[in-house]
Amino acid sequence: MAEYTLKVRRYQPESGEGPYWEEFNVDLDPSLSVLDGILQAKDREDGSLSVRCSCRAAICGSCGMKVNGSSTLACKTQLGEASAAANRRPSATRGTPGRGSEGQSISVSSGPSESEDVPQPIVIEPMGNMPVIKDLITDMESTHWEKIRRVTPWLLPHGDPPEREYVVEPESMIDITQSMACIQCGACVSSCLSMEADPEFIGPAALAKAYRFVGDPRDAESKERLHDLAHDPHGIYDCTHCFSCIDACPKDVAPMDQIMRLRRRAGEEGIDDDPNNGHNHMHAFVKIIEKKGTNDESLLLQESYAPGIKGKLKPTKGAIKGLLGSIPTAIRGIRTGKMRSLPKLIPGVHPKLPDGGQDEVKAIYRHAEEHGEELNLYIKGEEDVEPEPDEREVETA
Amino acid sequence: MKLAYWPGCVSRGFTPELHGSMALVAERLGIELVELDRANCCGAGVIAEHNQELADTLNARTFALAQETGLSMMNICSTCQGAQSECQQRLDSDSAYRAHINEALSGQGLSYEKDKDGFTNKNFLWLLVEDYGLDRLAAEVKRPLSGLRVGPFYGCYIVRPKHRLGYGEHPDRDLYLEKVIELLGGEVVEYDGARKCCGFPVITMNRETSLRQAGTHISDAIDAGADCLVTPCPLCHLNLDMQQPEAAKVVNRDLDLAVLHLPQLVGLALGFEPKELGMGKHIAPTRWVEERLATPSPA
Repeated sequence: MAEYTLKVRRYQPESGEGPYWEEFNVDLDPSLSVLDGILQAKDREDGSLSVRCSCRAAICGSCGMKVNGSSTLACKTQLGEASAAANRRPSATRGTPGRGSEGQSISVSSGPSESEDVPQPIVIEPMGNMPVIKDLITDMESTHWEKIRRVTPWLLPHGDPPEREYVVEPESMIDITQSMACIQCGACVSSCLSMEADPEFIGPAALAKAYRFVGDPRDAESKERLHDLAHDPHGIYDCTHCFSCIDACPKDVAPMDQIMRLRRRAGEEGIDDDPNNGHNHMHAFVKIIEKKGTNDESLLLQESYAPGIKGKLKPTKGAIKGLLGSIPTAIRGIRTGKMRSLPKLIPGVHPKLPDGGQDEVKAIYRHAEEHGEELNLYIKGEEDVEPEPDEREVETA
Repeated sequence: MKLAYWPGCVSRGFTPELHGSMALVAERLGIELVELDRANCCGAGVIAEHNQELADTLNARTFALAQETGLSMMNICSTCQGAQSECQQRLDSDSAYRAHINEALSGQGLSYEKDKDGFTNKNFLWLLVEDYGLDRLAAEVKRPLSGLRVGPFYGCYIVRPKHRLGYGEHPDRDLYLEKVIELLGGEVVEYDGARKCCGFPVITMNRETSLRQAGTHISDAIDAGADCLVTPCPLCHLNLDMQQPEAAKVVNRDLDLAVLHLPQLVGLALGFEPKELGMGKHIAPTRWVEERLATPSPA
């Protein structure tokens, strides 16, 4: 048994008061969960402490919350590990209430006033990016469930259903098992840094769910789904690639990876006219590295907005706005000397890799575009120890 | 200490001051850098979005070029670190896949070998703390940054996902900037955005969201009393410094917060002048940093 202090963000709307912090001391084995700690505090100290939970085994997905600023399931986080995390943060940040968002929970440095030796409490907050109903209970309707419904989370098969079950090759379903592992806890939504800046973003949970159907061999509307999600300005091209959802997900769904799969599939389906210029940006980037080996930033900007001859002869409104919008930045760059050279200013002047390097890169492109293999470590697993060469021979013999 | 050095695209593009300051600082610290001038872009996650095998093979080529030198590799870009670590994890995790990727490199006489001679690829930040050593760095400090209030800004790719970025072995990698700032005599400013996204990846896709992210983090750092930010990521620098005047419009307030590259912050403490470190090339004014260093606080 060990003693822990839980510092919980409380909020009771009926009181008319704003949120506040309250500390509870609990006495539990370090291997027990933060949820066990909350339930002990509720049992022994304050029955009004409100939390949503059910299975206590990381299956039902009810107890999503932030522990020391990180979105997670309280039942899957051990008290010992949470306490260690609370105590390895820089002194100025420890236990200070933040703005209710991911990563850091602090505003101002308090200097070295807090002693290194004083154990810091485990900081527990409701999930982010969602309204709070009471204490640790959030309203997931508008920021989670509505977005899940937005992606049509059911199968849209060809024609009438078969007389008996659908028959598919097991291999064809493997690709979507990762997104099927989602338990709808909302931890990824809580952690999402894109949604924090753009609440309209469809978000990691719903887009991972979308891939579950896009990748399903029985679904007949994959292309329509991809078109829809690419053409929504808050869809697949609104993800900023911050990896927060990957770290937050208690089931290793890696929602961001599913979003990247959706982008890849959209590209393969030839969906290249999204309003965010997402596909154009990706396509331009890939082509520039094939031609130059390293990034030609001014060419990337030009081709992201106005790709090829068509994009220059008939630029879209968004392209004109984007290119004009980048002029002041370029002028400032020229003025300070940051961009004062022809290769940086004129698209395409950027040098290729020297000494045959560029031909090597082109050969890699030919090989990879022919195979296009995708290795998903969630499915394949990691090799822990590689057999020594002679052992391998014995095995094959 | 001698390393194969991958400077990345941006340090030789729109943030030339990073490349220049790294060269000065490495020389002063006695770190010999063998630049991989035939290596290619890491793909920044964008090439993997198109074709994962392509990204993996391009980075395997870079690792193989580094391994040819017999040295471990150093980068100066969080995004390179993250994108390369992602590919390296796949290459290291599956020998059949690695063999398939190496097939594409064989025509070039190149091959990536897992753990060859203890091969690692580390950002300058990781290298400074784990291999160079903070004690050794402390001995090189000529001008402690006393009184300088510095907000760390890591860049997503160097802090997440933890399982891929060696946090099992080095759990404090997301506190290294704080350690370095303190060691150099500066004061760490804690604010909300230190480990958040600068917004750069969507600057051409959702400009408003992107600039709001940058503007919000800069605002938070200013409100927390920062004189400057420091980042190991030049892509973050593009959004936080180069786009700062545009970000200011979106968050509707004056910003003007200097954003230093990590080698610049180290360089100031080693005694280099701001101009030598290319700080004149920044968009956001760096004069407060210079003034603070000219009149250090008594503490």
